Amino acid sequence: MKVVVCVKQIPDPATPYKLEEGTNWLVRPSEQVLDDTDRYGVEMGLQLAQANDGTVTLVSMGPAGNNQGVRQALAMGADKAVLIDDTDLRGSDALTTARVLAAAIKEEGFDLVISGTESTDGYAGVVPQMISELLDTPTLTFATQVEVGDGKVTIHRQTAAGYDVVEASLPAVVSVTAGAVEPRYPTFKGIMDAKKKTVENKTLADLGVKAETTQTVNEINDAPERSGGKKIEDEGEAHLEIISLLKERKAI
Amino acid sequence: MASVWVFIQNDNGTPSTLGLELLTKARSMGDVTAIYLGEGGDDAFATLGEYGAGKVLHASAGDSLPSAPVAAALATRVESDRPDLILLGQAYTDRDVAGRLAARLGVGILSNAADVRLVDNGVETEHEIFGGAQIAVATAAGNPSIVLVRPKSFPAEPGGGGAPDVEVLDLPDAGASSAKVVESHVEEREGPQLADAPIVISGGRGLGSAEAYELVEKLGKQLGAATGATRAIVDSGWVPYAKQVGQTGKTVKPDIYIAAGVSGAMQHLVGMKDSKTIIAINKDPDAPIFSVADLGIVGDVHKVLPKLIEALESR
Repeated sequence: MKVVVCVKQIPDPATPYKLEEGTNWLVRPSEQVLDDTDRYGVEMGLQLAQANDGTVTLVSMGPAGNNQGVRQALAMGADKAVLIDDTDLRGSDALTTARVLAAAIKEEGFDLVISGTESTDGYAGVVPQMISELLDTPTLTFATQVEVGDGKVTIHRQTAAGYDVVEASLPAVVSVTAGAVEPRYPTFKGIMDAKKKTVENKTLADLGVKAETTQTVNEINDAPERSGGKKIEDEGEAHLEIISLLKERKAI
Repeated sequence: MASVWVFIQNDNGTPSTLGLELLTKARSMGDVTAIYLGEGGDDAFATLGEYGAGKVLHASAGDSLPSAPVAAALATRVESDRPDLILLGQAYTDRDVAGRLAARLGVGILSNAADVRLVDNGVETEHEIFGGAQIAVATAAGNPSIVLVRPKSFPAEPGGGGAPDVEVLDLPDAGASSAKVVESHVEEREGPQLADAPIVISGGRGLGSAEAYELVEKLGKQLGAATGATRAIVDSGWVPYAKQVGQTGKTVKPDIYIAAGVSGAMQHLVGMKDSKTIIAINKDPDAPIFSVADLGIVGDVHKVLPKLIEALESR
C-alpha cells in the first residue's frame, strides 16, 4: 500500500510571527520546524503502512530552508520526501497549495493520502478537502481513528455531537485530528538514517501547475485592545478573590 | 441586488445556530438562498424564512457522507444561478463542502472570517490574526466568493420573514468520491455544552498531568460550567479534541471564563478573549493570558483550585 502524508514546515510557533512589509505574507526563516500537528499524520501513516506492507512518502510545499522540518518527519520513519519549493508559490492560497500537493501526490501514486486537519501557521483548514476533490477521492476528515483493510478505509469522524463511523473504498484522503495516535519520538538511528533519505525537490514547472493566487491581505489593523484587570499574587487566599468576583457577577 | 447563498446544517431537526447567525448577516447583504442539509420539514423551513431566507434548496444525503455529492450539486447550481457570495461556517461538514466546491469551481476560499462585506469585484473579509491582537483585511476576486465564517461572529436574530420557497436539491452519485456513514455515535455529554454554556473552565499545560484535569471537572461541576482545554493538552492526549477552545477548536463567549494553568497562546486567546469576564490562574506572572484577564491570580493551580472547590462545596 502506498501511503502519502502531507506535511508542512512552519516557523517555530514558540517564536513571534512577523509579516513581510508590503505583501503581508508570513516571514519564513530558513530554519523551520515540522508542524506539530503533522506528527499525528506521519505516525498514522507509519502504523498503517506497517500493518499493510506499505511505504510512506512525505509530500510538502514551501521554502526548503535547511529542510529541518522534513528531516524530523523522515526521522520518525517515513521512506522518502518530495518537496515543492518555488518562488512563485510565495503567498499561495489554499487552492494553489492543494493543486500543487495533488499534482505531486498523483505523480507519486497513492492508495491513501493522510494530512492534519489544518496547519498551525495558516489554519485555512480546507486543503485536505480540496486535494480530495482534485484527486476524485472521498473526503474522510477529522478522523480520530483509521483502519484499512480489503481495499477499504474506515474512520471515526469527529462530529459536533460525537463521532460517525465512515467507510469508503481506497484510494482516499484522510485528515487526522491531533491526539488520534501517539506520535513516536525519533530514535538516534532514525535521525541518522533520515540524513541519508531522499528529499526530491520539485518546481511548479516539474508538476505543470500554475500558481494563481486570488487573495490579498490589504491591511493589518490593531484590534481594539482588551485591558487586563486586577492581578494578584496567591498567598493562600486568592480563591476568595475568585469567589467574590463570581458573586459579584451573580454566577453563584 | 447581490445574491447570497448560506449553507446551513440541520441540528436535531432544526437549523443550526451557526447557520442562523450566517442568515442574519446575509439578509443585510442581498437576496438570500439557504442551502439546507439534513432532515427538516415546514417548521425548519419557516425558521429559515424568519431569519432571512427567501428561498431554500433542501438537500438530504441519507447515509452518504454529504461533502462530495453536495459540492457536486452546488457546483452545477452555481453555473446556472450565479450567486455572488456563498457563506458557510467554520465547522466540520461546512469545511468539507466548501473545500470540495471551491476546488471544483476553481475559486479560492476566505477562511476563518470574523466579518464579511460586499465590495466591487468580490468581497472583503476580516480575520483575527496573532491571537486576535490584529485584524487582517483581505479581499478575494472569486466568482462566486466563498467565505467560511467563525461561529459567534454575528448574532442570530429573526427578521420577520415569511415562509420561503422550498426546492429539493437532488444530489448526484459521487462515484469514486463516495463514502458512507455506517453508524452515528452521540457521546454522552453531562452538563452544559462548551459552545453555549454561561460559564466555561479550561485547563492548560500548567495542570502538569492528565490526572490533574480532574480539578477542572470538579470545579465545573460546582459551577454548572462546561469544561474546555487548550490545544497543548489536547495534542498531548489528556482530553479529547471536542474540548479544544481556540483557533482550531471551539469559539466561546461565555459570561465567565476561568483559565486554569493556561498560558494564553495566540491560538487559544482567539477562541475565548471575547468572554465577558475572564479569570486566569497561572504560575508565570508574565503569561500572556493575564493581558486579557479581569482577575489574574499568579499562583499554582494545584493550590488555588482545591481551595476554590472546597469553598464552593461548603457553601
